[in-house]
Amino acid sequence: MGSVTVYGPPISTAVSRVLACLLEKDVDFKLVNVDMAKGQHKSPDYLKLQPFGQVPAFQDEHATLFESRAICRYICDKYANRGNQSLFGRNGGGPAERAQVEQWLEAESQSFNPPSSALVFQLAFAPRMGLAQDPAAIELNQAKLAKVLDVYERRLGESRFLAGDEFALADLAHLPNAHYICAAGKDDMFASRKNVARWWEEISTRPSWKKVVDMFSAPPA
Amino acid sequence: MAVKVYGKPQAVCPQRVMHCLVEKGVPFEFVLVDIDAMEHKRPEYMEKHPFGQVPFIADGDFELFESRAIVRYFAAKYADRGPNLLGRTAEERAKVEQWLDVEAISYSPCAFTIVFNLFLLPIRGLPGNKGEAVAAMEKLDKVLEVYEKQLSRTKYLAGDEFTLADLTHIPVTRYIVEHCGLAYLLDDKPHAKAWWEDVSRRPAWKKVMSFVASGASFYAP
Repeated sequence: MGSVTVYGPPISTAVSRVLACLLEKDVDFKLVNVDMAKGQHKSPDYLKLQPFGQVPAFQDEHATLFESRAICRYICDKYANRGNQSLFGRNGGGPAERAQVEQWLEAESQSFNPPSSALVFQLAFAPRMGLAQDPAAIELNQAKLAKVLDVYERRLGESRFLAGDEFALADLAHLPNAHYICAAGKDDMFASRKNVARWWEEISTRPSWKKVVDMFSAPPA
Repeated sequence: MAVKVYGKPQAVCPQRVMHCLVEKGVPFEFVLVDIDAMEHKRPEYMEKHPFGQVPFIADGDFELFESRAIVRYFAAKYADRGPNLLGRTAEERAKVEQWLDVEAISYSPCAFTIVFNLFLLPIRGLPGNKGEAVAAMEKLDKVLEVYEKQLSRTKYLAGDEFTLADLTHIPVTRYIVEHCGLAYLLDDKPHAKAWWEDVSRRPAWKKVMSFVASGASFYAP
């Protein structure tokens, strides 16, 4: 197996999504920090890896990729026989099984991510960056996220994880944003919904995610 | 039993699904969901689609929502039919996934904001928010600059073959170009313009447009 490199600060939600997947799959990697405060993500060298100037970027000996969920899908396909083998439906499960994971991964990307990203920025990153929080934006996005979590509450009453009985990429994709929202004290959104609370407890205490959270406070490479 | 596609035929996301099915030569029945009468938010529909959106598909007993999950499903299920929409290796597939996610996260949110404010609201006699539309146009223009660079290297977004990554862009781009007067955004981007002219002239896409115009319920290849 060749060398896998992930570029970006581990505290970035999109970077940590990829790290969680690599850890679930037992794939060794090197993490190269990108100093966004210094504008390194807009440097010509970095733009060769990620032309939109965002994090993460990913390289192994076969591919250079961006978009965290596409990277996670690739890791699951490329390293199919390593680590957790049911992140994308079981190995040998057909298109229908994989499609269930895709459905909820798209739901995360299209319905959960927009309001939760806005909340993560307002609650976790704006204070860090010395920016004023916007109470109207917080209220608006909390209300939007609450509607999404109501759908999840119903779904998780029918199914242990979003796509079925196994922890999958669809659940993993939620870890970063939900982590920051809970860490900022808005965990009542998750805790007040019985099935969502059960699901969140289960996925956030996975050893792979705990290792990622440890990396948030590690000194940059 | 034919595939059933639920939605409104003029809507962007159902058109994505129809295009994929036509490319693959798969017959389907289009079942109208009366969006204008808020049918998609009624309990009977939300039993199928918990987020109350379109499209929704039924392939025999198998049901799925999220248009990009649906097109991935059909592209995989019918991999041996019609054009290869997913790439042939893990690396090629990863490039498809990468640009699919760019469309979902960076391209379409801007494009939808433009279409909503410059087309959908006005045809209902409501004022669109010009400020929002202009901000979205500026963002989209920057995204298209990155597309221009990529398309100067490869004929299509993920490589030299048409894939799902190109397909998912077509319906909303048609609205931008034909209904919002924004064809000029491509005028200073010759490769992106050539790409748009190529993909929008695909026979399968033209069949989708004819099908939508005809008001028919059943499509047979």
